[in-house]
Amino acid sequence: MIKILGNFISDIPIQTEYLQIGFSPSSIPLKQRWQTNGLSADFISEYLEVFFVGQQVVHGEKFVISSQINDAVKYVANELLENAMKFSAPDSDYPTRISFFLFDQQVVFHVINAVTQNSADNLEVLIHTLLDNDPHELYLAKMEANAEESGGHSGLGFLSMVCDYSAKLGWKFEKLAPDSPFIIVTTMVCLDIT
Amino acid sequence: MEVKNKEYSVSYQPENALVICKGSLSLNGTAEYEPMLELLLQAANQQMQHLTLNLCGLTFLNSSGINTFTKFVIQVRKRQDLQLRIIGYEEIAWQVKLLRNLQRLMPTLEIDVIPQTT
Repeated sequence: MIKILGNFISDIPIQTEYLQIGFSPSSIPLKQRWQTNGLSADFISEYLEVFFVGQQVVHGEKFVISSQINDAVKYVANELLENAMKFSAPDSDYPTRISFFLFDQQVVFHVINAVTQNSADNLEVLIHTLLDNDPHELYLAKMEANAEESGGHSGLGFLSMVCDYSAKLGWKFEKLAPDSPFIIVTTMVCLDIT
Repeated sequence: MEVKNKEYSVSYQPENALVICKGSLSLNGTAEYEPMLELLLQAANQQMQHLTLNLCGLTFLNSSGINTFTKFVIQVRKRQDLQLRIIGYEEIAWQVKLLRNLQRLMPTLEIDVIPQTT
């Protein structure tokens, strides 16, 4: 069974130019893997600047990337990579993939990873909270709540994408196989770049 | 007093009532940010009137880093006697957004958004 939540684009045109980075979550320790997040996020934002935006002509003029867009791309890429590393099921050999699609007016991130049923359930609760409330109010409320807590994850990643970078988020959940304990989660983030 | 690794540094200058953050902060979760939060809270505890936090040299901050600064500001707002000031660059959009979010949490926070050329 497939479940779609939020702003999810199921039919991304296959001719769209894209960049994909893949890794196996369990192949090296998380601490070591973590260091590659910044490198990958930098690479994606530089890729956007050099291979995409530099070539674009919008309304007859060459479109110059702003530092704000570059920062947004780097931030979103890093947060998605961090999430994929933190929440991918360690016992699954399903590869985690982050893809970055380039459109005229928009960039789209697409992360696929395998998670446990428990992680999928927790994520679904978080998504419903995000979709059913004002994200800006939720962002501040989460900051206040976190101040009273001493551990765990901040839970600010998706909220900051929406509130600070006007990102649109969507998710797809599907069972890896009928008898598999794992759920494949696809997280999609769309950012306008004009 | 300083917390650092090869990617970032957070240093406290007691004589200037100043904390300077530099580099890229992308540590993993609350636990890895604990030493930095401790340094910030110690700096605030040692200062009786004012404390300045300069973020201009910070090139990147992940959501766990945002969480660390919001925790710090929420702690400091309990102090009626301490004026907290945070400086960022106006050209770096995420710094401006962070400062404004922090000010929403602490209305008495003084934020100083300066041009990069100065």
